[in-house]
Amino acid sequence: MTRITGGSRAAFWALFAAPAVWMTAFFVVPLSVIWAYSFGRTLGLTQVDVTGTLANYARVFDPVYLWIFAKSLVFAGATTAICLVIGFPYALVMTFASNRAKIGLLLAIMLPFWTNLLVRTYALMAVMRTEGWINDGLGAVGLGPFEMLHTNFAVITGLVYVHLPFIVLPLFSTLDRLDRSLIEASLDLGAGHLRTIFQVVIPIVWPGILSALLLCFIPALGSYLTPDLLGGTDSQMIASVIERQFKRANDWPFGAALSFMLMYLTLAAMAWRALAERRAVLRKAR
Amino acid sequence: MGRRRAPGPLDYARRWPLRLWVAGVMLFLYLPLASLIAFSFNDSRRTIRWQGFTFGWYGRLASDDALIAAFANSLTIAAMSTVVSVVLGAMAAVALWRFRFPGRSAFDGVITLPIVVPEICMGVAMLVFFGTIAPWPRDLAWPFDLGAIAIAHITFSFPFVTVVVRARLASFNREMEEAARDLGASELRALWDVVLPHMRPALISGALLAFTLSLDDFVITFFTAGPNTVTFPVKIYSMVRFSVTPEVNAASTVLMAITVILTLIGMTLQGTDIAKTEGA
Repeated sequence: MTRITGGSRAAFWALFAAPAVWMTAFFVVPLSVIWAYSFGRTLGLTQVDVTGTLANYARVFDPVYLWIFAKSLVFAGATTAICLVIGFPYALVMTFASNRAKIGLLLAIMLPFWTNLLVRTYALMAVMRTEGWINDGLGAVGLGPFEMLHTNFAVITGLVYVHLPFIVLPLFSTLDRLDRSLIEASLDLGAGHLRTIFQVVIPIVWPGILSALLLCFIPALGSYLTPDLLGGTDSQMIASVIERQFKRANDWPFGAALSFMLMYLTLAAMAWRALAERRAVLRKAR
Repeated sequence: MGRRRAPGPLDYARRWPLRLWVAGVMLFLYLPLASLIAFSFNDSRRTIRWQGFTFGWYGRLASDDALIAAFANSLTIAAMSTVVSVVLGAMAAVALWRFRFPGRSAFDGVITLPIVVPEICMGVAMLVFFGTIAPWPRDLAWPFDLGAIAIAHITFSFPFVTVVVRARLASFNREMEEAARDLGASELRALWDVVLPHMRPALISGALLAFTLSLDDFVITFFTAGPNTVTFPVKIYSMVRFSVTPEVNAASTVLMAITVILTLIGMTLQGTDIAKTEGA
């Protein structure tokens, strides 16, 4: 039954064995352990008794934690929406720029993306704190100082700052594939630029926009560092709560349940994206 | 003809409201980073006002033993992770590209999971794995004490290498390999002499990707690092938590410069390499 085609059996195993073993040992096993722990009970400091209980998942639905989940979804949603508004015109300019300008604009958006996340977050901290130069500048004209750092505003700004490339790059790749004669036709027939964008461009590239939105939403939802450094006590997201269960509160089973809830949300978003893409392909085929 | 041509209907890149928008985005992206770099040269402990140029903070970094040790750890881990990631990533890519086998789509799915799984989930999984299931021996000599972190880094890096290499393999002309086989090369020999050279640009960019991913990672390392195995980002994090100081600015600038330089080198190398293989 085990048919291997494309080459000899020996060559296949020579290539396949090492990555498969590695993935199993250091990815599948650790995640399975966490999954098993989510049905367990804390015994000692690092000991967990897997009893098959659902108590940890029941605790996730405690209003305190539901509120944190809701807040994380709102933060990630707001981040995605703002990124779309900021990123769409940028991607549009990139699409219609000359080849050299295109490379420049691409590099400009990628360079911060390659910069360490911690460094970027720290840069925002330095700018936004009460002694930072934004407040300094506002103070010079008689305003402020405003408490910006350690607020929800800072968290969303930080998330937008970090996730902008996640939306610009996929938007650019869909806009780049758009048939330009459609825009020309719309303009020739008398529609303005804004109307053309909203009634012609956006409906055509909608599947691509949806996919870009998810590519931004998924990592934003699981953010740990940004809310940790920029947020205050009331701007915690799921990841901060998970970290606390594992490091300070030492309630591994509950932390494991929270991790898997986050994982399920992520995978659901991925599945939805795959489904939407397939539907778009089918619609085109019809 | 002295006047500049008015923008054509599709010249969105030349319309001023859009240009203004792009300029705004650039300011948003670069102003914080630029001020971070600028204040790392500021001759004042308080990071608000410009007091004159100095390299003093960099000098202080160079004499901070804990920071240098963390930096050495980071580079060592990144080197280990890069070598293993490239080998594993390339093997997985060729296996997926060449062969049809039972469980292929499952393997394909599992190997892309580390790219999408939230970092925090992978971090805690590694914490538990190296904490209870397979404890990494405690007092090993350097650099073996970094093994746990290196393993975690390889696990999230090599799928990225696989993605890059697979994209490159898609452009491979199978007839070249068949020609080699017809001329008497064995299967492995044909892979080594014909397929591998075609993969080279992807291997280079995959290696740089793996290196920067490892050097940059904070969240997963944060959960696998022990008190004696601190990496550069973890060290910076503990400094950042403490306060905003010019030393942190200087350390951040160093880290930023390394990543940017490596990436630019990688892009140039890859560009010339592809031009060479395609042009010849």
